[in-house]
Amino acid sequence: MSTILAAHGLQKNFGAVTAAADVSLAFDRESVVSLIGANGAGKTTFLNMVTGYLKPDRGSIRFEGRELTGHSPREITSLGICRSFQIPQLFHSLSVRENLLVAEGIAHAEHVEEATDAVLERFGLSGYAAQAAGLLPEGVRKLLDVAMALVARPKVLLLDEPTSGVAADEKFGIMDLVMGAVRGEGVTVLFVEHDMDIVSRYASRVIAFYDGRVVADGAPGTVLATEEVRRYVIGEDHAAH
Amino acid sequence: MRRDRTVPALVIAAVVLLAAAPLAPQWLVFLLALALAKGLVVLGLVLLMRTGLVSFGQGLYFGLGAYAAALLAHRGGIADAALMIVAGTACAAVLAAILGLLLARYREIFFAMLSLAFSMILYGLLVKSSALGSTDGFNLHAKSFAGVVLSAGIERRVFFAASVVLACAVAWVMHRYGSSHWGRLSAAIRDNELRVEYLGASVYRVVYVNYVAACALAGMGGAFAALAVGHVDPETAYWTTSGEFVFVAILGGTGNVLAPFLAAAIFEGLRTVANQYAPNVWQMSLGLAMLAIIMFLPGGLWTLLKRRSG
Repeated sequence: MSTILAAHGLQKNFGAVTAAADVSLAFDRESVVSLIGANGAGKTTFLNMVTGYLKPDRGSIRFEGRELTGHSPREITSLGICRSFQIPQLFHSLSVRENLLVAEGIAHAEHVEEATDAVLERFGLSGYAAQAAGLLPEGVRKLLDVAMALVARPKVLLLDEPTSGVAADEKFGIMDLVMGAVRGEGVTVLFVEHDMDIVSRYASRVIAFYDGRVVADGAPGTVLATEEVRRYVIGEDHAAH
Repeated sequence: MRRDRTVPALVIAAVVLLAAAPLAPQWLVFLLALALAKGLVVLGLVLLMRTGLVSFGQGLYFGLGAYAAALLAHRGGIADAALMIVAGTACAAVLAAILGLLLARYREIFFAMLSLAFSMILYGLLVKSSALGSTDGFNLHAKSFAGVVLSAGIERRVFFAASVVLACAVAWVMHRYGSSHWGRLSAAIRDNELRVEYLGASVYRVVYVNYVAACALAGMGGAFAALAVGHVDPETAYWTTSGEFVFVAILGGTGNVLAPFLAAAIFEGLRTVANQYAPNVWQMSLGLAMLAIIMFLPGGLWTLLKRRSG
């Protein structure tokens, strides 16, 4: 399978804090990869560097052979890399439907209204269509955030903690909807996640971060069983079970 | 879903005002013409406010539009009202296209203060320029409208009728714009610029286009006001004039394209009455009215009409 996204020797420091230390990773087309790690391990920094929000101090990121560093988030989005956010980034005064209309309009959908209705239907958001985004429950906010990221039909979709802040019984429902939406679309998915049940169920590959470094990379069963991951990512108490 | 009655309301307003043009007393025609001119400026300001920006410098373009129209007649010898309006609008649009390159990068207080600073530069230039009448300004007089020579008695009424047609046309365009993709995008920028960029749109481009459009409207309003008053002076570019536009925008609210015109008419009416009966305290009464609006009707007077129809 060919590589769609590759990072090489990424370095990022915030003062004395190292958020990325010589991170080199490659991602295959249509793979589903989970990035795990404790808070501050460097997962979101990695996503922010890929999407142009942060510029690495050193290193390169190539997407389909093209260098991404130095490009703005807008330019990177137009190349086919879209993302959702840990805290959903919505247009709070607009309705759910208007949020998607904005996204579809930017994506130059041929039939904006029909395309919007289709997305509402696919993500089970039709019942909330007229509701202001600022008044939505957290789970629905997360879904809308992801739905907006998918509207541009990305080649790479980055999801930053898609189930954080969501009730435990809703997490799998959200992930099922998201994975159902990308299935068959040829999308490479990278998702940051803290819930190891979600990671095991949806990811075909897991990358563990600790202190700005990649400490494990491989199949979920293998990575989650490694000593470093059990100690630094999952936590000793959890590892003991 | 509630039906949008903006277009029928615009048509009714246009018919009523056009019917009143030949019949209403001169003072009312003057007051309404001035309200329409200022309503155009405020409509542009509302466009900026929907994008999340408040300009305290629309007086720059209002004054520029007024002076450009006046100078076309005074120095250029072209005393056709239609051409004067075009000149006022075009001059404002050109200057906005230049200053917008810088201003579109700023937000919040920085945008407000920079726009204010530019307007005060024009004010300073006008005050110091004896060739333009310095603080006194100068008079202007349009002799024709779109090539038709007007007699002295009816010219004000013709200008008023023209301003009604133009204001309604502009309001309709702005209404269409508001419900278009770019209109929604403007509101999206007000809510969350970061997400707009992450969806792949240029925030800078939308802000720039909206700024130029708003300033062109201010220039148009300035030209209309100059024609209605028959005089221009540096006060048109002074910061209190810009503040007055912000006041009217808050008074009316940003909920509908008719709100700026309604609020401008109320403002001009109040000022006329207050000037007559309480010339020394009318600003204070306006201040109290502003406090009441902010406290009880933060969406402006338009929310009263919405509540009634809703």
